[in-house]
Amino acid sequence: MAEEPLIVIQHSSAWRGIDFREVWRYREMLYFLVWRDVKVRYKQTTLGITWALIQPLLGMIVLAFVFGRVAKLPSEGIPYPLFAFAGLLPWTFFSNAVTNGSMSVINSGNLLTKVYFPRILIPAATVMTALVDFFIAAVMLLPLFLYYRFVPDVRLIYGLPLAMVVCLAFASGLSIALSGLVVRYRDLRHAIPFVMQIWMFATPIVYSLSVVPTKYRWMVNLNPMAPVIEAFRRSIFGGAIATSGLVWAAVVAVVLIFAGSVYFRRLERVFADVI
Amino acid sequence: MSEFPVRIENVSKLYRIGAKLDQRTFRETVSDTVLLRRRDRSPERDLWALRDVSFDVRHGEATAIIGQNGAGKSTLLKILSRITEPTSGRILVRGRVSSLLEVGTGFHNELTGRENVQLNGAILGMTRREIKQRFDEIVAFAEVERFIDTPVKYYSSGMYMRLAFAVAAHLEPEILVVDEVLAVGDAAFQAKCLRKMNDVASHGRTVLFVSHNMPAVKALCQTAVWLKNGQVVSRGDAASIVTQYLQHSSSFAGRDSVAERLAAIPADPAFRMESIRLLQGRRDVELVANGEPLEIELGFEVFRETLGLHVFFRLLDLEETLVFEAVHNGHETVARAEAGRWIATAVIPANFLAARPYQLLIGAAIANGRELLPDPIRLTFDVQQTGLVDRAFPGYSPPGQLAPLLEWRLEPARATQ
Repeated sequence: MAEEPLIVIQHSSAWRGIDFREVWRYREMLYFLVWRDVKVRYKQTTLGITWALIQPLLGMIVLAFVFGRVAKLPSEGIPYPLFAFAGLLPWTFFSNAVTNGSMSVINSGNLLTKVYFPRILIPAATVMTALVDFFIAAVMLLPLFLYYRFVPDVRLIYGLPLAMVVCLAFASGLSIALSGLVVRYRDLRHAIPFVMQIWMFATPIVYSLSVVPTKYRWMVNLNPMAPVIEAFRRSIFGGAIATSGLVWAAVVAVVLIFAGSVYFRRLERVFADVI
Repeated sequence: MSEFPVRIENVSKLYRIGAKLDQRTFRETVSDTVLLRRRDRSPERDLWALRDVSFDVRHGEATAIIGQNGAGKSTLLKILSRITEPTSGRILVRGRVSSLLEVGTGFHNELTGRENVQLNGAILGMTRREIKQRFDEIVAFAEVERFIDTPVKYYSSGMYMRLAFAVAAHLEPEILVVDEVLAVGDAAFQAKCLRKMNDVASHGRTVLFVSHNMPAVKALCQTAVWLKNGQVVSRGDAASIVTQYLQHSSSFAGRDSVAERLAAIPADPAFRMESIRLLQGRRDVELVANGEPLEIELGFEVFRETLGLHVFFRLLDLEETLVFEAVHNGHETVARAEAGRWIATAVIPANFLAARPYQLLIGAAIANGRELLPDPIRLTFDVQQTGLVDRAFPGYSPPGQLAPLLEWRLEPARATQ
């Protein structure tokens, strides 16, 4: 009897962080939630898994035409489609993770009101699903390299993972915070896709940071996604990765994860009652 | 610390009605903050779903939680399942808990039977190894071997339910919390579920079971807890608590309680139930004499002309077995109910009911539409033997749910050719 776990169910404190030990015990459920989302999405569409490839690819084609051909934006001597795709790849991940992540809790009412599990798994699973899509889409880089006869920089080996870790952390922090906020304020969900669209153009994706006048660059760099995208692109195309920008983004991400999860944990006590 | 697997200590749960979190918008919050407005929280809006509930569940014991709708049973289960937190008090749980508030949680139509078993198993807390080990057993139990790789959207509802229940039935928790899972499916499936539950209960596992199905409660559980308005009324041996509950909670006695219950029904734009009376010889009765006809009088108001609106009642015995159903309208054609106040009276003939207690379930609905009383009104009444007394065997009351006096003919048999 002594070995059996004792669970105490009571009103919990409003200020709690994430219980990582519990999340670890429920890791299989996290795995299955991601697995379900990936499977279901690719089953529902006739295009199946290619959907993850088509989404950034079509984006690339549109951007390449509008900004590369028509507006003739400079792309640091790199073929514009390749340049745009390298920016769109992490952005598509970020945007999907945040948009779907913020809706994740209100869309999981059925699960929330019927079974217990650490609620944080819900936004976490959504971000992970977006990451799976990212990996599938990243495969498209290879044929593009071949087509443009482009040899990526060696920094790709550590630069890409580094940029993606910061990006993942930032997306997670934002998703956790927003998924709680959307439960509380339902009208926010209409604002999020809109904000993401504006945000995309505020981030150097279709253009390079070098086209921004030097005196405004600090403003662009306040946006944590700017150094992330820059670092991502530089580690493919070469050029110095601005560590200070990446550190700034990482600090914002860590603060968001921390504050977001405390807020989320505070609110999760009433999820089942209000959803 | 207790040696009880489940110990519930002074648990209370408060719900705020009206001042719901989800009814606020970001815009309102911002404008309220800017204008320094405060939203008032009046105490009338507080609802105590549970108040100071305490009891222990012994190891290996099956305990039923019974009570009327709104008594707090579901809230208690939700707290036990850690879906919502108590406002005060605590529950100590020792051992692995599985709660089944529903079967098939997380099932996805696009996924195949196999995939759903894996997913649902994980959601219910099985490890991947456990799912693998029990997979064949689950599929065999559900009898869906041939369709296991077909998406469940092509399943019949019976197959779907069988598969969903099969996963749940193969959990092996030390403590099982179950809510009304048995209320679904056809009779054969329900019987199968009951057998499986019985299995679980008799294998020394601790079970907490919420149900309206009194025979199931008596068959499965040793003890029962009766909740009313969020408080424990009594607790003890299942059979005696069930009897107490049935006799007390829904007795027809007290017209006030009927009026009260009618007043508590949420308003409907089309319909309002006004009165329910049991009459014999133009007098309200509580104890029905089977020698006289019984009139069941349902008063209601229709606010606008509605096609297919009808009131009905069902007669049940205390074991929840349906004796018969009677609908006031709509046998020949789908009739139109005109706006106005109406009284529908059904006459149950003399010498028809048996001398035993019955339950009367009163409902109203729109044909091919919706239920007008989502929670049918449940009343019980007792029937006394006053009609034809059997002189040959005094004191003998005929067995069966009804005791209709039939017309018998007796003729000498003629030799057939």
